[in-house]
Amino acid sequence: MSAPPVGAVGRGHPRLEGRDKVTGAARYAVEYPVADVTYGWAVPAAAARGRIVRVDVAPALALPGVLDVLHHGNAPRLTPGVDADLFLLQEPTVHYRGQFVAVVVAETIEAAREAAGLVRIDYDTEPHSTVLSEHHPGLYRPDKVNPNFPTDTAEGDFDAGFAAAEVRVDATYRTPAYHNNPMEPHATTARWRDGRLLVQDSNQGSSPVQATLAELFGLPREAVRVVAEHVGGGFGSKGYARAAVVLAALAARQVDRPVRLALTRQQLFGPIGYRTPTIQRVRLDADADGRIAAVCHDAISQTSTLTEFAEQTAVYTRSMYAGRHRRTTHRLVRLDVPTPFWMRAPGECPGAYALESAMDELATACGVDPVELRVRNDPAVDPDGGKPFSSRNLVACLREGARRFGWADRDPTPGARRDGRWLVGTGVAGSSYPARARAAAATATAAPDGTFEVRINATDIGTGARTALWQVAADALGVPVERVTIRVGDSDLPAAGVAGGSMGTASWSWAVIRAGEGLRERLRDAPGGAVPDDGLTVEVNTADEVKAQRPMARYAYGAQFAEVRVDADTGEVRVSRLLGVFAAGRVVNPTTARSQLIGGMTMGMSMALHEEGVLDERYGDWVNHDFAMYHVSVCADVERIEAYWLPEEDPDLNPAGVKGLGEIGIVGTAAAITNAVHHATGVRVRDLPVRLDKLLERLPTR
Amino acid sequence: MRGGRESGNPADGQWSSRVAVTVNGVGHDLTLDNRTTLLDALRERLGLTGSKKGCDHGQCGSCTVLLDGRRVKSCLILAVTLDGREVTTVEGLAGPDGLSPLQAAFVAHDAFQCGYCTPGQLCSARGMLDEVTRDWPSAVTGDLDGPVELTDAEVRERMSGNLCRCAAYPNIVTAIRAAAASE
Repeated sequence: MSAPPVGAVGRGHPRLEGRDKVTGAARYAVEYPVADVTYGWAVPAAAARGRIVRVDVAPALALPGVLDVLHHGNAPRLTPGVDADLFLLQEPTVHYRGQFVAVVVAETIEAAREAAGLVRIDYDTEPHSTVLSEHHPGLYRPDKVNPNFPTDTAEGDFDAGFAAAEVRVDATYRTPAYHNNPMEPHATTARWRDGRLLVQDSNQGSSPVQATLAELFGLPREAVRVVAEHVGGGFGSKGYARAAVVLAALAARQVDRPVRLALTRQQLFGPIGYRTPTIQRVRLDADADGRIAAVCHDAISQTSTLTEFAEQTAVYTRSMYAGRHRRTTHRLVRLDVPTPFWMRAPGECPGAYALESAMDELATACGVDPVELRVRNDPAVDPDGGKPFSSRNLVACLREGARRFGWADRDPTPGARRDGRWLVGTGVAGSSYPARARAAAATATAAPDGTFEVRINATDIGTGARTALWQVAADALGVPVERVTIRVGDSDLPAAGVAGGSMGTASWSWAVIRAGEGLRERLRDAPGGAVPDDGLTVEVNTADEVKAQRPMARYAYGAQFAEVRVDADTGEVRVSRLLGVFAAGRVVNPTTARSQLIGGMTMGMSMALHEEGVLDERYGDWVNHDFAMYHVSVCADVERIEAYWLPEEDPDLNPAGVKGLGEIGIVGTAAAITNAVHHATGVRVRDLPVRLDKLLERLPTR
Repeated sequence: MRGGRESGNPADGQWSSRVAVTVNGVGHDLTLDNRTTLLDALRERLGLTGSKKGCDHGQCGSCTVLLDGRRVKSCLILAVTLDGREVTTVEGLAGPDGLSPLQAAFVAHDAFQCGYCTPGQLCSARGMLDEVTRDWPSAVTGDLDGPVELTDAEVRERMSGNLCRCAAYPNIVTAIRAAAASE
């Protein structure tokens, strides 16, 4: 075990903004008092592909309180070439159903909402293609996959290796579209004053949003200010500037008054992004003891006609398990759909569902325990290129998880365990997620009264970043936390990257630590150690240091264990226990860390059992675009959930020694649950979610 | 309530009504567009933005407030129907001595992450605990006529109308039970 923490880092602490959040004082994007405010309401396209030939705004404008209706024929111009998805209200072309093609601005929400339904738009429609299939004629090989990985990789000779196998798995797994659904919709308050644009916006990083808005509106960056003090979740969908902020800024310019614009819940199903559906073929071959000789993962996903978004679905397989002969491929289809976007653990999450399911199938085929199978195939160096791992504690996670879960006495026979009307089964999956960092700037200021202020444009979307950075800052300054103030969530602060890719704490704390260290040094050198009356500030930027990191394979790891109970009569699945053990470097704040991990695991459970975007090909849109029909896990679904982490010191990460916790909790969870469903019932569900109709006819008879 | 067509201010819509409603103990005499939901009246007219709009369709629970002591979804109620009624929002939960036991327990047990569903969870929990005190059964209550014991299963079932995408659910259950035990 590591030594107990000596400073603030490593100690649990309630969120700094906790009181504001439980009293209603915390202000989100459309909650700032603004004089003379108006309301924007976005109007979605009713055609999946075509051209707008006529916009009749007269009935909408006739409604009392309506100020204007913006559309491609009258909206302020944006700079082309910045982001095709954000080039809104500029052209008559419709690329997907639900694309925002007009915005009503009115004195009240009620008027805006009613008028939005009165805007009449006629389209010249063209036939559309919106269904992903492995037989789609438009399948192509993109030049790279997100964010910058090779599209395909190959080592050894997979075909020869596979042909020679003793034990083979060849299975195709499918995942549907998933919708991020943060509880706070994408929302913005926008106002223009003297050529400057100020927005309060719900996003995961206001420095990048500021940069995008500046480009779109042809402004110097300093003429745009983006505030994101409190953000009601994002899960990737608010990773960069999205439609709401652009529409609000356009509308505010048009009516020359402040505009509040929040998307409706229904409008979050598509136009702001979603996780692409995937079709994944995984092939594994192994010797009779389960040692993998060859592995191949072929992933198909979709993108739009606007922007190429290539989910890195098979990248997970490149570095996860051993095997001499390996191949991964990615193919895409451009469909008449909204552009997919980031959702919690993009790539790793759907990819791990496929690979970790195939590993379970291999375990069954070899007669090897699924924990032991993963241990046997733990590589010494990154199988993708041979780089050393900065640390790799997957095996330790599996062992510790198995011990805590009580895995040892498991009878591997499917359908063997019953408890009254319930069929009971257990499953396991591995998980990994890259541990990366981005450059960031920060300042640390000492005041003459012995207090300190640390400033960085980090964003706390609910992760606990504000609190964690405050703890990190105190230790870096070498003072008690009570003397430190942290400021985040405003593009006027030193620029930093998004809360995404599990990079937030690693990247931001890097800059905070360097700023704190720098300030301590300056104070040591100051005459008599005194702080001047106007304070003493040190500003840092970690760009050079981050770039100079030596190339290594850096990953967080985890092992997920699930116990499920399947009703033998109805096929209802209950997850009676979910347990994860993680190795993710140091943990800054155990209180918020645990919350993030169980949150990720629960979203994985939601993926396994509840979530499914159902597309209606006739209209080219999802039919279940609200919470009544797109189900997410609720309180009653989470019975017993446990998250633990191993002490892990990795000197090759970043000054704080953290790997990030935002995504690792979701990776592998769905496979652990479907593997447990197989163990309980003998039914292997290869297309998520596990609905009872997929089990019912195949359940063992009583 | 004095309803009827009002002229003069088109911003109020074609139809508006006067309504006297008490919010967090303060009386308000409002002229409201008949289309205004309680949620929008709170947020846009009274500046009480603690109540959140997550779906505007009664499907997420973020807008939950107490109406005459019972939990309701404020996005599903037209404000002009509330003449003479009493509304309590998250801003009204704290007492003069600071946070209520529920609020304090939510902070102490980290029963939220992004905080957007939290005001609704808190109001819902307040109403739910009062329902349990009155022995109202839920779908998981064994004896429908007997006293209700506040178990984890009861809390989970009764709080499932309040979605939390961050999935702070287990901490919400712990916080509610801790607060209930301290009351």
